Amino acid sequence: MAESNSERQRALLRRLMQWLGPFLALLLVMGLFAVLLPDRFLSSYNLRTVATQTVIVGLGALGMTFVIISGGIDLSVGSTIALSSVVTALLLRDGHGPLLALLSALLAGAAVGLCNGLLITRARIVPFIVTLGTMGIARGLAKYLADEQKVNAPAAGLGSLMAKLPEPSWLLLSPGVWALLVLAALSAMLLSRTVFGVHTYAIGSNESTARLCGVPVERRKLVIYTLAGLFAGLAGALQFARLTVGDPTTALGKELDVIAAVVIGGGSLAGGSGGVLGSLLGAFLMAVLANGCTLTGVPNYVQEILVGAIIIVAVAVDRYRHARP
Amino acid sequence: MRGVHKRFGGVVALAGVDLSVAPGEVHALLGENGAGKSTLMKVLSGALEPDAGTLELDGHGYAPRGTLQARRRGVAMIYQELSLASDLSVAQNVMLGAEWQRAGFLRREAMGRHVRQLLGSLGHPEIDPDRRVAELGPGARQLIEVARALAHDAQIVVMDEPTSSLSADDSRRLFELTRRLAERGISVIYITHFLEEVRAVAGRFTVLRDGATVVTGAVAEHDNDSLIEAMVGRRLQEAYPSLPHEAGEVALELRALSGERLPQNASLGLRRGEILGIAGLVGAGRSELLRALFGLDAVRAGEIAIAGVRDRGKPPWVRLSQGVGLLSEKRKEEGLLLGRSIVENLTLSRLEPARRGLLLDRGRQRQLAERWIEALQVRAGDPWASVGTLSGGNQQKVALARLLHQDAELLLLDEPTRGVDVGSKAEIYRLILELSSQGKAILMVSSYLPELLGICDRIAVMHRGQLGEARPRAQWDEASLMAASSSGVAIPEIRAHG
Repeated sequence: MAESNSERQRALLRRLMQWLGPFLALLLVMGLFAVLLPDRFLSSYNLRTVATQTVIVGLGALGMTFVIISGGIDLSVGSTIALSSVVTALLLRDGHGPLLALLSALLAGAAVGLCNGLLITRARIVPFIVTLGTMGIARGLAKYLADEQKVNAPAAGLGSLMAKLPEPSWLLLSPGVWALLVLAALSAMLLSRTVFGVHTYAIGSNESTARLCGVPVERRKLVIYTLAGLFAGLAGALQFARLTVGDPTTALGKELDVIAAVVIGGGSLAGGSGGVLGSLLGAFLMAVLANGCTLTGVPNYVQEILVGAIIIVAVAVDRYRHARP
Repeated sequence: MRGVHKRFGGVVALAGVDLSVAPGEVHALLGENGAGKSTLMKVLSGALEPDAGTLELDGHGYAPRGTLQARRRGVAMIYQELSLASDLSVAQNVMLGAEWQRAGFLRREAMGRHVRQLLGSLGHPEIDPDRRVAELGPGARQLIEVARALAHDAQIVVMDEPTSSLSADDSRRLFELTRRLAERGISVIYITHFLEEVRAVAGRFTVLRDGATVVTGAVAEHDNDSLIEAMVGRRLQEAYPSLPHEAGEVALELRALSGERLPQNASLGLRRGEILGIAGLVGAGRSELLRALFGLDAVRAGEIAIAGVRDRGKPPWVRLSQGVGLLSEKRKEEGLLLGRSIVENLTLSRLEPARRGLLLDRGRQRQLAERWIEALQVRAGDPWASVGTLSGGNQQKVALARLLHQDAELLLLDEPTRGVDVGSKAEIYRLILELSSQGKAILMVSSYLPELLGICDRIAVMHRGQLGEARPRAQWDEASLMAASSSGVAIPEIRAHG
């Protein structure tokens, strides 16, 4: 028993190590800002603001986690967010209810994801190229639907989803943040505790082995990319809720933030590794950094340099950790 | 090399190895997987620094820091997995890292001539230096590796299981090549599992066991039994165990099965409780036959009947549900998820029993795996350790255990003992026989003729995509199998029965 105990401890330690890098970085950055701006940064209002600012990239990162673990990439996330936000705005403008608008946003996102999946599995084009293509197509489509301008629409209840101070106040965090947390928990469960999750890791680790073991690789990929689209669709609806305007040029280049979040959280672009908690930490870390830099009045370019450095350091630390058993 | 020690954390990999090789000698290095051969060669090639012990080269002290320095001192490695850049030409590969240049420009003409001359001196002037390596077969690729070693003025050439990807013909050519190297005064250290190869090429040998030198001497003065005994530390009762098993109902029938290119018109029948072997040269289409059957490669024409159910090709997950399992010949590239745990690798093809509702029960998954880890004596500390950390023999056991876990009724085994040490081989043979006595049908592809003759009930030979008739093993011997493999037409002499 002692043996299996120490074994369990080692396994636990290994798992902890995986989160340790991003977690330490987060603590470090938060500690730094807490010292620099003791009352403003750590105020509950500001922390809620940061949490709300994490939602969009965080949702994208959930979907991207599945994609990257399976050995793929999705560059169309930013454009999909824009498309969904425009779809949401158009429906609300035309007098439809918020629920229908939300569902349509999800549908639009899922449709882009499904297209990605179909092109990758049927036409056998590499994910990078497919999603580079749909990145342009979805962005263009959003601009076409919005007539190349911002779509003004009544928020119709959707606005409260991303309110920094939620109604009712006992929610503590805005509904968008809760949605992110609940979906993150579900995604984590899906990844680590279901057959689908095991298959996702297997495909990213070695696709031919997965095929040999009877994993329906194509079907799984279809689901993975559709799921990523679905998350981007929800992010789009919430982006509308935040801006209360459907903007076809919003979230430009957001896919890179999303990919960065996953990579900082331990995801490898070679596939086979990564996790939801890490991705979430990565997304939160970037939001904290953006917020802290704004509060301290550090210019934007410093923030960009910092995020860039963190990505590189995160991957370097990961390499080092993998190099020694 | 004298008294070489090396430890990794708590694991002692080398515990006092002595090895001496004379110029112009072919020296066989023997030992089970995990005996320390690879570690020793990494020390020699500068990839690892020893903790203790001394190395001498040409009478001078030799302590390479890094592989580049070792190469400059004339130590060249030829690895099991060939390390060629397949998009480059033959000449570019041979001269890689030692390119001739003048004023920053490559001297392509001169290098081409040099490479042509090198290949000629190795007895293969027919290989065009301008061809892309991707277009060449495994035998020619091996030759290019050797030529590269010569281009770097190697004094010591280490060959790590060089024949594992070669056909019998290419292997014979490699032996010839090895002798030529020796004639030039180059020392060859030849690592292998095959005692026949030791006899064919080596003058002297050294056996490693548990990281130490057990015995060293002239090959001619030792018989195979004593070599095996030195390697495993015990006497093998018999290399090929036997276990009674009887042929039952038809498990598999192929009718004129053709793949995209290979195989062509393959027909065969296999019963439960039967072991059918397929011999043939590398590239004859044996693996392709198994892959088409399992749905990994496309079926162009013909019919497959599994337990009487006919179809014209189905994807792997359907085959799995029909109780078919495939052991891939490419363990590292296809067979296993090297970065994932033993448990995951073992259970991946059948996760259902570990499921509770929608969720997967990790504890249950581990229990399922542990049963097979124990049954097959996979030597691993932690079932959640990644498969990549295991030795070749133990990796193969995990790959085989997967088929057992999925409870396959029809096992397609592609080179089941490739790169596996002598002790594990015997265990795998016993396992195959046990499976057949439980009524499972086994279709086994192997390039190692003694094992086909040792455990198969019937053997068929494949030649250039054509599958010959399966005959009882008593009607074959090594010579006739070899003849049929290389010519396709030779009909074995049917010996008098009894």
